[in-house]
Amino acid sequence: MPLKPEKHKMPVQSADVRAHNFDEVALGYTEEIAVAEADRCLNCKNKPCVQGCPVNISIPDFITKLKQRDFEGAYGIIAGSSSLPAICGRVCPQETQCESKCTLGIKFEPVAIGRLERFVADRHNTVSDGKIQNPESNGFKVAVVGSGPSGLACACDLARKGYKVTVFEALHDVGGVLVYGIPEFRLPKEIVRKEIEGLKRYGVEIQTNVVVGKTVTVDELFESGFNAVFIGTGAGLPKFMGIAGESLKGVYSANEFLTRVNLMKAYNGKSQTPIMRAKKVAVVGGGNVAMDAARTALRLGAEKVYIIYRRSMQELPARREEVEHAQEEGIEFKVLNNPVAIIGYENTEDKNDPQNGFVCGIKVVKCCLGEPDERGRRRPVEISGSEYIIDVDCVIMAIGTSPNPLIKNSTADLAVNSHGGIVVEEGSGKTSKKGVYAGGDAVTGAATVILAMGAGKNAAAAIDKYLNN
Amino acid sequence: MFKITDKRVLNPTVTMMDIYAPLVAKKAQAGQFIILRVDGDGERIPLTVAGYDRDAGTVKIIFQTVGATTMLLNNKNKGDYIQDFVGPLGCPTRTDGIKKVCIVGGGVGCAIALPVAQKFHELGCEVHSIIGFRNESLVILEDEFKSCSDRLTVMTDDGSYGRRGLVTEPLKEFIDNGENYDEVVAIGPLVMMKFVVMTTKPYGIPTTVSMNPIMIDGTGMCGGCRLSVGGKTKFACVDGPDFDGFQVNFDEAISRSRMYAEFEREKREDMCNLFKKEIE
Repeated sequence: MPLKPEKHKMPVQSADVRAHNFDEVALGYTEEIAVAEADRCLNCKNKPCVQGCPVNISIPDFITKLKQRDFEGAYGIIAGSSSLPAICGRVCPQETQCESKCTLGIKFEPVAIGRLERFVADRHNTVSDGKIQNPESNGFKVAVVGSGPSGLACACDLARKGYKVTVFEALHDVGGVLVYGIPEFRLPKEIVRKEIEGLKRYGVEIQTNVVVGKTVTVDELFESGFNAVFIGTGAGLPKFMGIAGESLKGVYSANEFLTRVNLMKAYNGKSQTPIMRAKKVAVVGGGNVAMDAARTALRLGAEKVYIIYRRSMQELPARREEVEHAQEEGIEFKVLNNPVAIIGYENTEDKNDPQNGFVCGIKVVKCCLGEPDERGRRRPVEISGSEYIIDVDCVIMAIGTSPNPLIKNSTADLAVNSHGGIVVEEGSGKTSKKGVYAGGDAVTGAATVILAMGAGKNAAAAIDKYLNN
Repeated sequence: MFKITDKRVLNPTVTMMDIYAPLVAKKAQAGQFIILRVDGDGERIPLTVAGYDRDAGTVKIIFQTVGATTMLLNNKNKGDYIQDFVGPLGCPTRTDGIKKVCIVGGGVGCAIALPVAQKFHELGCEVHSIIGFRNESLVILEDEFKSCSDRLTVMTDDGSYGRRGLVTEPLKEFIDNGENYDEVVAIGPLVMMKFVVMTTKPYGIPTTVSMNPIMIDGTGMCGGCRLSVGGKTKFACVDGPDFDGFQVNFDEAISRSRMYAEFEREKREDMCNLFKKEIE
């Protein structure tokens, strides 16, 4: 049979339908498509794809099982390396990781590894009876702070080794950025819930409504009997640009906007949490969070949504698939534009006009690309005199986040760098404080789910080594 | 789930509750706040800690039924449970170096002002309290303030109880009469705090205000609670809720507090109708 040069297409909801609902966009491969896609894999001896995976899943091996229709066998191989495959299959930037190394990719499209991972995990979640072999306790207790991807991965690996793990979560729901940040249409919360149920079966205890740094300190965790602590508190602090008008009503950080919609479910009429139903929305930024915010605004009923990004389409840091989906749904990309001010409505005749102080526009300046910066990305250069105003009634700032300082402020002997990131030893996540390990965005600043998971796994291995010495 | 261990109606719109939350009770200090959610579809609302009993493991909250969530909360009784209760959040009120303080509370803000007055009193400071209400039926916590204040002045807008007038009138009077306050702490509606600051500023008396803006997580994550303080953006949840009153941009804070006025009015009406139906 001749090799199909392209990946098998992912079945999706059509753009005109999905732009008005919060259901998942990508519907997932069927068994037939999955096996056919698996058949494209050349099963290379040197396995270049594995090097591209931050958690080193034995990719050709699980794909071989798929070819043989041994779906649970395939799941077993993935689960040996990844704690959250149904999530990673959906949100990993495969085009820059495993799939970028695929031999097929030299001449054709690479094997759709991410889609196959998702298929295997979803299928497992529908057939699994939930029974697992509970590991024998080794007597050690580990506290994991934060229930995002790094914390969950760390908790999972430690629990499998027999550690008694307690996860502390500040919010009322478990999952960190997976539940407050990434929207339902890209990562259904039911999927997250199922993966977390899986963790609980290993004996992981999860305590919500505990803010470590406020409710309890890291030192008190040790005093109460924990032998080691992992900090995976993420990069929760939203950045603003520092331009005029950012305090106007109708200006959100992407964190606030997405949290209101995802965690607090403001999109459904039952929720008591308010959200602005804007007609024209500008989202500032070009990453995955910006795409998520823009597509969420559209689904809330906006007539026009703009992405405002200071570089060009080529430099957009978002996953390629998210950019394509956003374009298909009708999001307008105003690239090479940089905001200079947000403009508020002001009725000078009537200072009690309820519209006063609400956003009515955003002033941007056009840019061109200059010399590459230290990271090799071409720097945007503003074109003077090119300013113009876009009519909008809502502005969402999605220009990044910095690490949350609550733990740093309450833990005297924990070293952090100038960006607020916790300083750790490369590869182990060991911090300056004895018995304390850290990973994920709390260390690196905003990055990806899979990098955070990788850091959580590395820290779990290091904690295991530390406690057994 | 968190149990309501006690409930007391303070006036027709203000209710006091003790919530069993031992981890929060162990750490809470005057000036800090908690966030609660009444039920699974509920919003997260911040309420400043009105007291705590470390031995009993309870935290006292006092709230005014102004919106749908506080109505829902007020509908709960002793022995019932609320979904979520997290804290203590924010920074405690600073008390160092203060020997003589004037506490100015307005309306339900008095509930937050009380533990601050008590804390200064316990530290041996001279405490003057001025508490203001719209009318007699809304007066709360008078006895509690009496027992921790060296001088207490009760004001009502209509003169139906105590002195008639605004809290700023006796404040200015006392300062003019030579009371040398090291600090004035104002807790109440934004407009009241704005006018307290306008009163103390000409005298250069350091004035702390407690801000209570719209927020979601209370840990610095959403940025919804941002304020302009001295021209810089601050997050009330982690940098506050106490701020130097001279530096706060009150007009902006007042404007931002009205962001969801329309939504809140609708939700409140929905909730009223729901309760009416239940009664029928």
